Amino acid sequence: MSGAPQRHHARAGTTEPAGVKWSLIGLALGFVFLFLALPLAAVFTEALRKGGGAFVQALQEPDAWSAIRLTLWVAAVAVPLNLVFGVCAAWAIAKYEFAGKAFLTTLVDLPFSVSPVVAGLVYVLMFGAQGWLGPWLQAHDIKIVFAIPGIILATVFVTFPFIARELIPLMQSQGTEEEQAAMVLGATGLQTFWYVTLPNIRWGLIYGVILCNARAMGEFGAVSVVSGHIRGQTNTMPLHVEILYNEYQSVAAFAVASLLALLALVTLAIKSLMEWQFDRERLASADLPPERPTAASPLNRVTP
Amino acid sequence: MSASRRVLPGFNLTLGYTVFYLSLIVLIPLSALFFKTFTLSWEQFVTAVTSPRVLASYQLTFGAAFLAALVNSVFGLLVAWVLVRYRFPGHKLVDALVDLPFALPTAVAGISLTALLAGNGWVGSLLEPYGINLAFNRNGVVIALIFIGLPFVVRTVQPVLEDAEQELEEAATCLGATRWQTFYHVIFPSIAPALLTGFAMAFARGVGEYGSVIFIAGNMPMVSEITPLIIIGKLEQYDYAGATAVATVMLLASFALLLLINGLQSWQRQRAGALP
Repeated sequence: MSGAPQRHHARAGTTEPAGVKWSLIGLALGFVFLFLALPLAAVFTEALRKGGGAFVQALQEPDAWSAIRLTLWVAAVAVPLNLVFGVCAAWAIAKYEFAGKAFLTTLVDLPFSVSPVVAGLVYVLMFGAQGWLGPWLQAHDIKIVFAIPGIILATVFVTFPFIARELIPLMQSQGTEEEQAAMVLGATGLQTFWYVTLPNIRWGLIYGVILCNARAMGEFGAVSVVSGHIRGQTNTMPLHVEILYNEYQSVAAFAVASLLALLALVTLAIKSLMEWQFDRERLASADLPPERPTAASPLNRVTP
Repeated sequence: MSASRRVLPGFNLTLGYTVFYLSLIVLIPLSALFFKTFTLSWEQFVTAVTSPRVLASYQLTFGAAFLAALVNSVFGLLVAWVLVRYRFPGHKLVDALVDLPFALPTAVAGISLTALLAGNGWVGSLLEPYGINLAFNRNGVVIALIFIGLPFVVRTVQPVLEDAEQELEEAATCLGATRWQTFYHVIFPSIAPALLTGFAMAFARGVGEYGSVIFIAGNMPMVSEITPLIIIGKLEQYDYAGATAVATVMLLASFALLLLINGLQSWQRQRAGALP
């Protein structure tokens, strides 16, 4: 865009009267306050309703601890699995042309549109006592459904597309010129990926990982179907919140919920920081000669 | 592009692993659902998916998701507009907060909205004297789905509004259009595909949503029981056949919505490409 005076001049045709403008802002802020800020604030006030002592006590329950440990374990397995898949899928889809590419991209998105409850159900049908592999698993004394492997599988399913969805458009917008240059200069495939591709995609990668992690730790519907709800053994934090809430232990339920809300806040904070960082790098690279491709911010897109 | 296939290594490895992992985690388990459904006779299937209680749940699930997506289209467009066009105190905070429903676990959203809207909650206690109850009924379902769906609309419309060329609006103004005419005839047509995509995404997510809804819905059969809860209920009674049949209906609805969203997105890209 051109200089300031011209812009000022152009404004008359492309903006609203101040009254309309501030009414729209007020309406939007009111909506955001009612539907987003209030629910978030309610989590913390309900958790601290009976003071800090009750809050801390609720978190020191052995069942709460085992739920926290299980949630961390599940995320620690599910996120790296989807990270490796995300990088592979993005490399294959973004760097090459092949028949069926659009179809494959749609299939990668599929878990986003499947209800979490249905996602849990399909694993019960595969591995449950009456399922495909049920008799065989029982004969070999392997438990998948209503045990930790099932919880991990269901979590992997619902968080499946997160990292791939971040990386595919980002790597597509960057093209293959830099990698080709590296190969021509004698780099191996791994060196090219490590020194050329990875630095280019790092913000999208980190963003995908934190979103994937937030969803992995917070997944409720799919995990609820496969967990079996055994206290102290197969209860993740969201399931533990449900049990406490249904037992009318409101403060304890909100205490555990507030940890999950904190996780959400940290996720949002990291996201905002990275957006800022990404914009700064884009501005910096805009000063370079034009042959360096500049990607549009990948961060402000829709990834449920 | 065959040139780049020769230069860049790893095509077979990465594509092979992608297809393998996709099959293992998504395709084979989903096909288990269809195979299980085919073990039912047609009559069994129809009886399971059209019992009055299940039909009532479809009506609620799809109706509430539609209403919520409609509300989100209006307010999501408003929020996106305000975030793109205006600067005000707290602008960055609001922009970050829009993603909260993506990051906040659904169960947490569910109990928190319930605490707010129940008769003794901050909002519920204000509305109760007027006879308005928003929790433990169908209203609660719609409100939970509004919360869940908002970012889909905002985040699809926002980038399109950012890219919109203000020269077109200037031209419209120069030609004598009022600001409203400019919005209605110039700006709105250019963001309509994105808005419709956001609507469809919010709708699709709302249809499948479980965690946030069950706490606030009250879950009364025939009245405020959503379809995913029907599946869970059948599973808890070891009615695997019934659960599978209803799940198949939901999965087919997801496929249809996914295709619709894909179509809308390619329309949106064409629209963006066709602009000068």
